[in-house]
Amino acid sequence: MSDYESLRHFADSIGLAVMVVLFLGLCLWPFLPGKKATNQRMAQSIFEGDDDGE
Amino acid sequence: MQAEAALGRVGLWFLIALLSVGAYLGAKDAGFAVHAALIGVIALGFMVASARRFDPLGRARGFFRMPEGDSRYDDDPVRWATLATMIWGITGFLAGLFIAAQLAWPMLNVEPYLNFGRVRPLHTSAVIFAFGGNALIATSFYVVQRTCRTRLAFPALARFVFWGYQLFIVLAASGYLLGITESKEYAEPEWYVDWWLTLVWVSYLAVFVGTILRRHEPHIYVANWFYLAFIVTVAMLHVVNNLDVPVSFLGSKSYPLFGGVQGALVQWWYGHNAVGFFLTAGFLAMMYYFVPKQAERPVYSYRLSIIHFWSLIFLYIWAGPHHLLYTALPDWAQTLGMVFSIMLWMPSWGGMINGLMTLNGAWDKVRTDPIIRMMVMALAFYGMSTFEGPMLSIKFFNSLSHYTDWTIGHVHSGALGWNGMITFACVYYLTPRLWKQSRMYSLRMINWHFWLATLGIVFYASSMWVAGITQGLMWREYGADGYLVNSFADTVAAIKPMYIMRSFGGLLYLAGAGIMAYNFAMTLAGKLRDEAPMTETPHDPAADRPLPAAAPVAVPAE
Amino acid sequence: MTNPDVAATIKGHARLERNVTLLGLGTLLVVAIGGLVEIAPLFWIDNTIEKVEGVRPYTPLEQAGRDIYVREGCYSCHSQMIRPFRDEVERYGHYSLAAESMYDHPFQWGSKRTGPDLARVGNRYSDDWQVQHLKNPQSVVPESVMPKYGFLAERDLKVADPSANLKALAAVGVPYSKDDIEKAAADLKAQATPDADTADLVARYPKAQVRDFDGDPSRVTEMDALVAYLQMLGTLVDVNAPAAQEDLAKEKGR
Repeated sequence: MSDYESLRHFADSIGLAVMVVLFLGLCLWPFLPGKKATNQRMAQSIFEGDDDGE
Repeated sequence: MQAEAALGRVGLWFLIALLSVGAYLGAKDAGFAVHAALIGVIALGFMVASARRFDPLGRARGFFRMPEGDSRYDDDPVRWATLATMIWGITGFLAGLFIAAQLAWPMLNVEPYLNFGRVRPLHTSAVIFAFGGNALIATSFYVVQRTCRTRLAFPALARFVFWGYQLFIVLAASGYLLGITESKEYAEPEWYVDWWLTLVWVSYLAVFVGTILRRHEPHIYVANWFYLAFIVTVAMLHVVNNLDVPVSFLGSKSYPLFGGVQGALVQWWYGHNAVGFFLTAGFLAMMYYFVPKQAERPVYSYRLSIIHFWSLIFLYIWAGPHHLLYTALPDWAQTLGMVFSIMLWMPSWGGMINGLMTLNGAWDKVRTDPIIRMMVMALAFYGMSTFEGPMLSIKFFNSLSHYTDWTIGHVHSGALGWNGMITFACVYYLTPRLWKQSRMYSLRMINWHFWLATLGIVFYASSMWVAGITQGLMWREYGADGYLVNSFADTVAAIKPMYIMRSFGGLLYLAGAGIMAYNFAMTLAGKLRDEAPMTETPHDPAADRPLPAAAPVAVPAE
Repeated sequence: MTNPDVAATIKGHARLERNVTLLGLGTLLVVAIGGLVEIAPLFWIDNTIEKVEGVRPYTPLEQAGRDIYVREGCYSCHSQMIRPFRDEVERYGHYSLAAESMYDHPFQWGSKRTGPDLARVGNRYSDDWQVQHLKNPQSVVPESVMPKYGFLAERDLKVADPSANLKALAAVGVPYSKDDIEKAAADLKAQATPDADTADLVARYPKAQVRDFDGDPSRVTEMDALVAYLQMLGTLVDVNAPAAQEDLAKEKGR
């Protein structure tokens, strides 16, 4: 089997499964509660203070 | 002390002027001589200006009503870049309308300087690098100061970035008309213009990173990650794709280091990521700051933005080979390009969702605030073209769409819809704040701009879809006798009505930008248009009453 | 700027969010991967470019014509890459091989066909047709939307230093010999001049077409150069020769 075919076989089987799991994990991650307070603070940070510099 | 500094400046400009004269005299070709003369004239102008202690910038500042006095942030470069965004935008749209009309009516070509092949790169560079680039410089300098709560690092260098970038644009654009080009799409400028841009870009990186380093805020806000990725990656792409060997250091001509199949892949690795990092990452940075600010709500999910960032920049880089499907590029590279292009759909839509959901709970603003409406439309077009892109990367679709106007339609739904609309929205957001006005001159004109631009895109995209599919099907059409049915010329004639319709769409889009320019000028002049407010629904007494009671049901007589 | 005690408690992604150097380096690393994996192998996998007979560097006149093709931005509307589909092969000729553009700096595969593909346009039309078509495309093809290029016939071909062009091309990997570089100026003129002694030129550049191209034998114009380039496009490799067919049959994946 050529390099191309063996790599292709890997990509079509284990590679594909790993990617699907990774994708689902990444989709779920934003909804997990960890660091919620910190992230909310970061998101709010642009509203603090006098931003327009007037 | 001051006189010495002035004298030093005069000497520096004199030296540059002298070098330009030398380059002019030794030039190997006419185009290089013109560029040397151009730089010489600019240097002489600055020399005279510094000698006479004449302050042209001060005058121009007065003309453009730039507020004087100290402010918390260093906004002068932002103002200049916003102005440049407006001016180059109109120029680029006009050039686009002109070449669209040339395709419908070829007698509009004026040989040699205004032939389609020379004006087309002028259009693409003007809209991408001049309009888009200045919008990126303006917003990045604005956002990085606010989110870091500090002034720009290296103020002089920041000004060099702005003016040096304008010189890059002028050299590139005038070069195309003079026939100075490498004919690599979106990387047309010749070697010396490339070197100049590299210098400007490294300065840009220094100012941006320098400002982040002196921030008074421990955290680096997400918009700045996207700006940083845009600046770093464009530097990498630009340097690698423009490795050239100049024929002479006194001539414009050079030959690229990479040729043939390698040249093709390097070029489209660059070309696709000019879209990915210049027109996507940079503009997503705008989205992450200006959409929350205008909506007055924090971004929907900060965690999603982390995934969005890393997955987008990782996947985008791989997608270049989808521009080379079915070509002489090795099959494995084509497959990789196709697969990664399809995967790219997900981070793109993740980002779109993050932007749109920021409005969650404030959707009424789409109705009442024309700037928010523009932002939402920009995100909708972003979503549409990032769906269309992966689809066209699938070999089955690509075999039909490649080489046709479908590609042109796809690019423009992204460029006019996403980049154009979000830039307009940001300019409308920035202008009153930068020029210390309470609001834009007219909100109703923003609304007009919105509808003209939207209608223009609809005409543009739909005509190009029809043209592209028509072309693709006609090229491959076989008759019952087993021969090709159409000559190439037949297919050109068939899509002429679509070319006319496309020009009309472009005209609408340009008209919208014209209204914007007027609105902008009036805002700078400090005027407020006397108009009915956008947000109020007029009271209609006729409608303001309880629902009529249900009519009695007719009962049949017994 | 970060206090060491704070730094110790900040781990994972939060560190990147607070350190612009790490963030920038991380970004550069992430964006470098895709390009490296895709581009680098093209330079060392030896079946990237098929080994076919006949491909040679451009003659100085053809290269000058190519430089005009590049200058005028012809790639905006014309591709030079025939895909392996039945209709394209019937319309334009055998599909393009990587080897055929191996000496193209820059490559001009193009991305849009407002006009037809030109990869094998060489010797399909007469010189007269090409000249007339370039001067006034609509006079030959009424439906055409191509601009006029009559000015090419009026301009003398001016190449500042043909040897320097070839030297620069040699520097980027085009195998010009010392002889080729030295004789570049003479070759440039001879190829478009009837009755010039061109035996040596044709020996160094096989299949080079030697004649007056623009219908004006008294001088060498930009039109001569461009037509010389167009007339040689796709003519170097005999794709229908048995040896070439055998090689191509082994090619996979296209």
